[in-house]
Formats: sequence, C-alpha cells, structure tokens
Amino acid sequence: MDLFFLAISATFVNNILLAQYLGNCPFLGVSKKLETALGMAMAVVFVTVMAAIFTWVVFTYVLKPYNLEFLQTLSFILIIASLVQLVEIILKKQSRVLYNALGVYLPLITTNCAVMGVALLVAKKEYNFIEMLVFSSTSAVGYGLALILFAGIRERLIISAVPKSMQGTSIALITAGIMALAFIGFQGMA
Amino acid sequence: MFTPIFLLVGIAFVSAIILGVAARIFHVEEDPRIEAVTDLLPGANCGGCGQAGCSSAAEAMVKGKIEVNSCVVGGTETAEAIGTYLGYDVSGAEPTLACSSCEGGYRAAVKFNYSGLTDCRAALQLYHGFIRCENGCLGLGSCMRACKFSAITMSPETGLPIFDPERCVGCGSCVEACPKGIVKLVGETTKILHWNQYTQCLSPCRQRCPAQIDIPRYLGHARRGEFSAALRTIKDKNPLTTATGRVCPELCATECRRTINDDPLAINSVKRFLSDWERDSGKRAEAPVAADTGKKVAVVGGGPSGLTAAYYLRRLGHQVDIFEQMEKLGGMPLYGIPDYRLSEEQYQWDIDGVLELGVTPHTGVALGKDFTIRSLKAMGFDAVYLALGCWLGRMLPFEGKELEGIHSGIDYLRRFHTDEEIIMGKHYVIIGAGNVAMDCARSALRTEAESVNLLFRFSRDLMEANAHEIVDAETEGVQMHCLVSPMKFIGENGKLTGIQVQDVTLKHNAGGMPDCIPVEGTVRVIPCDIVIQAVGQGADLDAIVEADGLEKTRFSTVDADEETLETNISGVFAGGDCYSGPRLMIEAIAAGRYAARSIHYYVTTGEIPPIEDRQRDMIAPSLVESLENVSPVSKRATKPVIPVEERMGTFMEVEGTISEVQCRTESERCLNCGIYCYDQDNLPDGDVQVSTSCPNEPHIAQKKKEAVAA
Repeated sequence: MDLFFLAISATFVNNILLAQYLGNCPFLGVSKKLETALGMAMAVVFVTVMAAIFTWVVFTYVLKPYNLEFLQTLSFILIIASLVQLVEIILKKQSRVLYNALGVYLPLITTNCAVMGVALLVAKKEYNFIEMLVFSSTSAVGYGLALILFAGIRERLIISAVPKSMQGTSIALITAGIMALAFIGFQGMA
Repeated sequence: MFTPIFLLVGIAFVSAIILGVAARIFHVEEDPRIEAVTDLLPGANCGGCGQAGCSSAAEAMVKGKIEVNSCVVGGTETAEAIGTYLGYDVSGAEPTLACSSCEGGYRAAVKFNYSGLTDCRAALQLYHGFIRCENGCLGLGSCMRACKFSAITMSPETGLPIFDPERCVGCGSCVEACPKGIVKLVGETTKILHWNQYTQCLSPCRQRCPAQIDIPRYLGHARRGEFSAALRTIKDKNPLTTATGRVCPELCATECRRTINDDPLAINSVKRFLSDWERDSGKRAEAPVAADTGKKVAVVGGGPSGLTAAYYLRRLGHQVDIFEQMEKLGGMPLYGIPDYRLSEEQYQWDIDGVLELGVTPHTGVALGKDFTIRSLKAMGFDAVYLALGCWLGRMLPFEGKELEGIHSGIDYLRRFHTDEEIIMGKHYVIIGAGNVAMDCARSALRTEAESVNLLFRFSRDLMEANAHEIVDAETEGVQMHCLVSPMKFIGENGKLTGIQVQDVTLKHNAGGMPDCIPVEGTVRVIPCDIVIQAVGQGADLDAIVEADGLEKTRFSTVDADEETLETNISGVFAGGDCYSGPRLMIEAIAAGRYAARSIHYYVTTGEIPPIEDRQRDMIAPSLVESLENVSPVSKRATKPVIPVEERMGTFMEVEGTISEVQCRTESERCLNCGIYCYDQDNLPDGDVQVSTSCPNEPHIAQKKKEAVAA
C-alpha cells in the first residue's frame, strides 16, 4: 500500500515537473508537437530509471559507507553523463529500432535536471531498492504525462486567438503555471 | 582528505574504461562517409530536412534516401560540398520550391462572412471554411506566418500567397501549415511524374489536353510577355512545341469556356508563336536535368512518343539511347506530315532539344531485324520503351489490288522525305478522310496533279480529319465525294486506269459506325492513274513477336497494361501509336511522358504506384453553361495564311505565325479558369451578381471591393 501511495504521490501530487519545477527546459523546448513530446517522454522514462538504479548503487554501497554523501551531486553528474553515453552506444548496436525512436533525445537528456533531481531525491529520502524503482519510474511517467498534456495544449494554442504580446513563450509559461495550479489540486490525496 | 579525490577520479576512470570497452564491443560498422558528411553539415540539428538531426541526415544522404540539397540551413554551398564529396553532380539539381495549386482566391463564392481568427486552420474548423470551393485558398495567410524565411507574401489583389523562389528553401513548413493541402513542394521530378487527379483544381482545357499542359499558366506568362517561362511551362509536359504548335488539332480549345460567349482561345497559335520565338532567338529555354541515377533506358522508336519519353527520362537523370529504324529521327510527323504543314527543319529544332540534353541516337536500326529486346537487355539497359508507331498502311483487298499505281498513304507521303522516287501522276484518287488522306490530297495538288478526287464511304460529318484541313483541301481544289464506296480497281497492261465506285446510303447502326447500303444503278468508273489509300495503319510487330515473345492484341497493337504501359515482358513498356493504334501527335507525346513515369518508378523503386483518382473524363462541375459578367471579346489571333494561288507547285508553309502583339492580346482573353471559378470582368464597386457557374447553387459571386484608399 505504501508503494501505491508512493507511486500516486510521485506521478501526480509531487509531479516532478509541475510541483517541483525540475526539467523545465525540455518542457518548453520539445512540447510544441505531440509527436516529439512522446519521443522525449519515452526517453526520459528509460533514462531516469537507469540513472536512478546506478546512482542508488553508488550511493548505498560507496558514498554512504565512506561518509562521502557530500559528493553526491558531483559523482551523480559523472555517472549520469557516462550512463547516457553508454546507453546510446549499446542501443545503437543492439536495438536499432529503439535507437532511431529515441534518436536525438538521448543526448538532450544528459542535461535534464529531472533525471538528476530524481537521483538526488532518492538519495535524500534513503529509499530501498524497490521504493527507488517505483519512485523513479512513476516520477518519470509523471514527467511524461505533464509533457504530453502540455504539448497537446500547445498544439491547440497555435490556432487560438492569443493577443500579440502574449504569443509564444509567454502564453506557454502562463499555461504551464495554470497546469501547475491544477496539479496542486492533488495535494490532499496523499 | 584524499578520499574524495580518489573517489571521483575512480568513478571517472571506471566510467571511461567502461565507455571505451563498450565502444569497442558495441562498435557499429559505419560508412566512413557518414561521418565526413556529418562534418560538412552545419550541425544545427534543426530537423528541417525531416531527419532526426544532422547525423541521421548524413546517413540518409550517403544511402541516397534524401537529396544532398536537403539541408535547409546549409543551402547551396553545403549541398555542393557534400555533392562533391560523394561524387554527385549537383549543378543541375533543382531544389523543390513551394507553390500553390489555387489560382482563384477572391474569385470563389463566399458561404458566410467570417470574422474569426486570421488563421486558415481555425477558419476551416467552422463549416469547413467560408468559401464554397473545396479546393480554394482561404487566403488568411497561415502559410505566410509559418514560413521561417519570409518567402511568402499575400497578394492584396487576389488574396493568394505569392512565393519568392529566391527565398524559398523548400523546407515544407508552409505545406504543413496549409490545412487544405493547396500548398505543395514542387520540384522538376514532381512536375514530370504528375498526372491530373480528380482532386485537383483543373481548368477545362487542362482536363481535355491529352498531355495535360498547364494551359492557363502558360497563357498567363505569355500575356505578361514572359515567353521563356511560358515555354518552360509547356515543356514540363510537351517537349515538341514547334511541331505541336503547327499540327495539334487543339482539343483544349473545344472545352474553352470562352466558346459559351464568343470564340475559343487560339491556344495553339500562342504555343506556335512561343516556340517560333525560341527558334528565332536560337537560344533554347533551359531544362534542368537531375543528377545521374546510373540507370540505362533504351527507347525504340524516334517518333513523338519515343522522343518525349527520352526527353523526360533524361531530365529525371537516366541515361537514354534512342533506336530508330529510319535514317532520320522524328517518326511519323517527319515522314508523314507534308512540308507545307511542318517542315523537317522546323521539327529538327524540337528533336535537337531532346538530343542536347544528352540523349544518344542510333538511326537506321530496326527492332526485330538488327537487334532484339533480349540483346538490349544484354547491353545493360534496365528498361525498354517500345514506341514503334504504326508504319504499315492498310490496303483494301479489292480486285486489281496488284495493279501499278496503287499506294498506301504513308508510303506516298514518306517518299517526300527519303531518297526514294516521289510518286507522280496526273489523276489522283484518294480513299479515306482522315488527316493522312487530306495530307496526301493536298500534297498531290502540289506535285502538278491535274485532278484529285477524294472518296469517302460515309457522310461528311463523319470525316475524321481536322475541320480546317478539310476546308483547306477543298479550297485548294480537292474534289470531295462523300457516300461513295470503292468496288474494284481497273487497269490495262498491269497499269491502273480507273476505279469502279458505287453510291451508298447510310443505315443507322446502334453502337457503331453506320452500315453502307449500295444504291442500285450508280456504279461508275472514275478514271485515274494513281490511287492512294489512307484507310488505316497498323503496327509491324511480327518480327518482334517472333524474336522476343511480345504479346499483341487482335488489332495488331502491342498488348500492354493500361495503368503502367508495361508489356508481358518485365521491364519492357509500350506506348504511342503501336499501343493505341493511330492517334494524334499530342496523344503520342502524352503516352511518352506516361511511359517515362512508369519507367522511372520501375528502374528506381521496382514498383509502379497507381495514380490515385486519375482524371480520365471531364470533371462534371467544370462544364458550365453560361458565363456571368464576362463580356464577349472575339478572337484576336488568326494565323496569316498564304493565298491559294501561291500554294500550288510548292511545299511552302501555308499558315504563318501570329505576331507578338496578337499573342499577348489573345492570351489576355484567357479567363484563367478553375473548376468553378474564372476571371470575371470588372463590376462597379460593391455590385453583387448571381452566378450560375458554380454547382453549389445558389451562391453569390462576390468581387473583392476596391480599397477606398486606392
């Protein structure tokens, strides 16, 4: 039951994007079309889970025993960056289909704060392995959900009457804000 | 204190080793050219080419999936650099440019007043747009705003987008923005491979022309004095403009909406002026040729169909060889049309235009005798186009058919263009009433014939020749005998002296030509020393059928698939007269381009896609019965004609070319029709007229009110 609450909380209540404001650059950058948003969401889910597993291992078995927790940010950056590279190399050889689908998004994720954020949150809350898996995957799903919803709205925005001064990024940011307000509505749930 | 440093260095070291090992183990063999091309690309990863980033684009370019000029950001320089690296010649490759298929704009009738968002996509949500025309441009400028390169402006007069070819990079943003699918990216290949579809907005003349020439567009260029552009528009569908400009019977003009009010446009006279203007200037309008594809195509037959196929296949980047059985290229129009209509020298200009693109001709070699389809394939040709023509003149199987002095129409006409002796006589009888018969009759008059009698079994209204050919033949002195049927040839000492004929009456026969009933007591003999039979032609296929197993129909034409023109032998296509039976030159030209399309798909992809919604019949709503607000303006371009006295004894050209002024004033009469709409003469401000032209009756034809300030 706790795991279920953890999942709901990570997906909706503490949505990594709209409640914690992590990973805003791709949120605005690749949300112009539903198609690209979908690709990005898939890539994020994949990398976030992978990153969380690796950083969890390093944190639990290396950093913590030697009392080196203060190095987590630095070492996580290193790990995530090499991990993404590694994933790209392996995918290219092993699964050409997946590689083509995730394509340009993989390198972009290296610099995604949401991935880093999830890894740091896992460390901070000292989750066990199962909790870590649930938390990281549902967080990423929540990220994807917000991204795809937002892309849908933005596709509609293109053909709507928007005052000139509000067009483009400004209306996008306002929309994002309203979406965040809506997600706050989930607060009472868990 | 050193622990953190060791740790970080350790992690970095371990990662580096893992990555290094992984790069080795999971190394993917990649074409080294891909990396080189990636370096040549700007590295913007913009996706403008439709690929996921520059490295994917490089891969696609190396594999030949996309053109080397696909990069939107890099432009020509990048394309040239990559082309040079990959060994392609890109100088001739023309990038695709955006253009709109709607020419109507504010001419389309309005359903309701729309005052919503200035965006086509939004406007289309409301009752599928505010104009009646399904194909018409809404004119709200979504494409203009979508263009990242400011290449599109909206015309204040017509409300249509104007595309700046200098700025357009062919990225396709406007195509995506247009909800009606009117904006399209069009390159040379697209133009050549395209055939009319029912879903398109087509003026009646474009629907009727077998070659599907964009007539309103070239007339538009002609009236603005852009003769070179007009000619290029024609040559996108018909490369033999000098010849068709002289002999085409103008099927397009029969559908011209002007006929409702006054005279049809003299479309062919304008074409003739344009091609003569080019020939007189001596400088050919440029035709872009695509980068070499490395495919070889053999065209058998150097007539209009073969020349046309060769022309377009060459422009599509294939290597083309023409094999012609006669000594000269040109086919039936050269050997069968007398000089007073089309001279060899004039036609040669068209033929040279095909050869100058880099087509290799081989003359004096006949298929079935000197080579076979199998030997062509052995020579490395990927596809073969049979445009053999109909060179066998049919002969009537009457008594006395072996007498000296009986010839077929093509046999008679051909001798004017070969070293063979010209057939001379005093009293001629011509049998038949097609264009070949008229050509024979009029040629005979020019070779000092004392009398020329033309016999035709049916009534005059059933004569197949072009109306003005019949009139010309008669004014020149040909005696027409309609409803007269030949019975037998009469001769003395093996020489022809006359032909026995009989009058007939016609009995209507449902679903075919009428029956001829002989009239008793009308048998008589017409004395003559030469009989020329122009009663039909067939293709000479026996040798080819025997050598290669080509299938033929019971009409002695090549049996080929109607959709693709492919014969029973894979990779061998047939078109023109040898497939359809004797037809018009413009139909042979159309078949040539159609075959080029099939062959292009066959050699590049192995599959010939069918044409969706292919337009075969006239689109019913486009056949309007009355024109609103179009004041009659009679024909302004009648070709100059030399007097009858000057025609005899010489093969001097009878019809002349119209003047530049005539060309421009005649082109101004064009109503620039769409399916529903057409240019209406100016009305007083704010006047509203009920028009009957549109099928969506009743509607209001609304003119754009003149701007008050202007």
